[in-house]
Amino acid sequence: MTTDRLAGTVLTAFAILVLWESRALPFGSIREPGAGAVPVLLALILLICSLAVIVGGPNLYRLAAIEWTEWRHAVAILGTCAFMALALERLGYRLTIFVALLALLSLVERKGWTAGTVFAVVFSLGSYYFFNTLLRVPMPQGPFGF
Amino acid sequence: MLETFQNLAGGFALALSPSVLLYAFVGCIVGTLVGVLPGVGPLAGISLLLPVSFGLNPTAAIVLLAGIYYGAMYGGSTTSILMRIPGEAASVMTCIDGYAMTQKGRGGAALALAAIGSYVAGTVSVVGLMFLAPPLAEFALRFGPPENFALLVLGLLVLAYMSGGSMAKALAMAALGLLLGMIGIDTMTGIFRFHYGLVELGDGVGVVPTAVGLFGISEILLSAGRATRGEIHRPRMRELLPSRQEWREAAAPIGRGTVLGFLIGIIPGPGHVISTFVSYAVERRLSKHPERFGQGAVEGVAGPESANNSATSGAFVPMLALGLPSGAVPAIMMAAMMIHGISPGPLLIQQQPQMFWGFIASMYVGNVVLLILNLPFVGIFVNLLRIPYGYLYPSILAFATLGVYAVNNSVVDVWIMTLTGLLGYVLRKFDFEIAPIVLGLVLAPMLELSFRQSLAMSAGNYAIFATRPITAVMLGVGLVLLLLGLRPIFSRAVGWRAAIGPEPAARREG
Repeated sequence: MTTDRLAGTVLTAFAILVLWESRALPFGSIREPGAGAVPVLLALILLICSLAVIVGGPNLYRLAAIEWTEWRHAVAILGTCAFMALALERLGYRLTIFVALLALLSLVERKGWTAGTVFAVVFSLGSYYFFNTLLRVPMPQGPFGF
Repeated sequence: MLETFQNLAGGFALALSPSVLLYAFVGCIVGTLVGVLPGVGPLAGISLLLPVSFGLNPTAAIVLLAGIYYGAMYGGSTTSILMRIPGEAASVMTCIDGYAMTQKGRGGAALALAAIGSYVAGTVSVVGLMFLAPPLAEFALRFGPPENFALLVLGLLVLAYMSGGSMAKALAMAALGLLLGMIGIDTMTGIFRFHYGLVELGDGVGVVPTAVGLFGISEILLSAGRATRGEIHRPRMRELLPSRQEWREAAAPIGRGTVLGFLIGIIPGPGHVISTFVSYAVERRLSKHPERFGQGAVEGVAGPESANNSATSGAFVPMLALGLPSGAVPAIMMAAMMIHGISPGPLLIQQQPQMFWGFIASMYVGNVVLLILNLPFVGIFVNLLRIPYGYLYPSILAFATLGVYAVNNSVVDVWIMTLTGLLGYVLRKFDFEIAPIVLGLVLAPMLELSFRQSLAMSAGNYAIFATRPITAVMLGVGLVLLLLGLRPIFSRAVGWRAAIGPEPAARREG
């Protein structure tokens, strides 16, 4: 299995999904396209291109040859992003960023709890002061107005 | 001509006002830092800092972002020359002879020639932009919806054709971006498409979270866990002066790189990267001693460095004059302008001349700022490489989250950033280009609107795309590029049929 074939297959499935979902939109007619016409047209173009990716062109990259050495970091970073999306409006900016940075520095990067805590406190409070207090960028407040 | 200079004088009055000058300075400094840091290229840098510009007035915001763009071109040469680490893709060619010069003790001279070449190219190419954009915009005023549709299709096809890998892959990415652009309220009928109950998607998938995710977050994911840099060479001030012989050798390559870079930059695609390869190849071919290339040839530094800076100005020509971004960076900048209520295109120069000429003048000023910044402070910028990546990327991640959230005060955007970050990471692992996704996302609403308006104009007659001369020519050129780009697939299909026989699959994949 090559990377192109896997990616092409996933894109083909996505194009079919878009075609399926577009049923709910009015297609109009060929002469007078409705809201669903262009998405259908684009999904068909994606479908054709994805099939071309599967069958055409020499692909040198076999799936097994790709190295995923950074996968632990990648999972941790994506997890942190998801945490920030969930917590930002619940815990507020300062607390969310503090927890996210502390976790990345102390658990993922193993910089030690003291260094992680100092960095996270300085960064979260400093960036809040700079953007919110000085530049007036509205930032989410957590419980107790913090 | 006189009107041009009067307009430019007005532009300078704006660009030299303290607030705009300050943002030009900040943009150049940030851009240089972005260029110095390996892995954070101009695209990721602009994407990450785009939200910061939202609180500014439109001129200041565009000046700031443009400063980051060409600042990154300057900064990228520093690590290439001193450490053989390209700060961004356009500096790869500089590594070869720049680092060889450093090993010979001429690293300071290489930095100076790169900076001066960049300055000359940056300044001259702005003159080209200044004289080419207004007439091009005037010509584009004749465009109606069919011409706009053809232009957008041609832009996407040229970008796909110019992309490094397979055209089918690039087109698939462009189609994916266009499909993402279909999410939200249809401007012609008001129907809410693909929203899945999320009212925040009414205005569509944001360009900012998508760009930050695809370029910024995916870059962090790819480079996380790497070690800190080793030995860093810091040149002293007196080492920065090139010899008379080096000046002589650099003069012509700077001139050729400037012209080549500008012309290549106008064409949709990664012009700033391609121009460096072309410039290096041209200099090597024209040299009486091509064997010196790779051993510290001055021409191998001066030519490509001039070309990549010139290409950045060239890239602004189609964006400002036609409203057609020629690559991912201009696409993001165009999105930033649209967020500020400015529509780049033929009417920009007529309706907002102050903005256009202020931008042009700020590019002249920015080049001077960069020359001042880059030579004396090169040692300070190099110090940035001493910051352990383990501290750097969590900070970038926090800034990215803050910036993306600040656009609409919506966590949906943070989710979009996270998901597109994952998408960009996987696609880059699989050797897919992600720039066409952003371009597709930016162009989707315009493409759909011009397509449907064209059909409304012709009462549903598709011949409108063939009977109007400009439209027919543009679509014809696009079709030729499409066929040329897809030719390997057909030839491969022939090869596949010919290969049917004993164990064809094993031979093909082995």
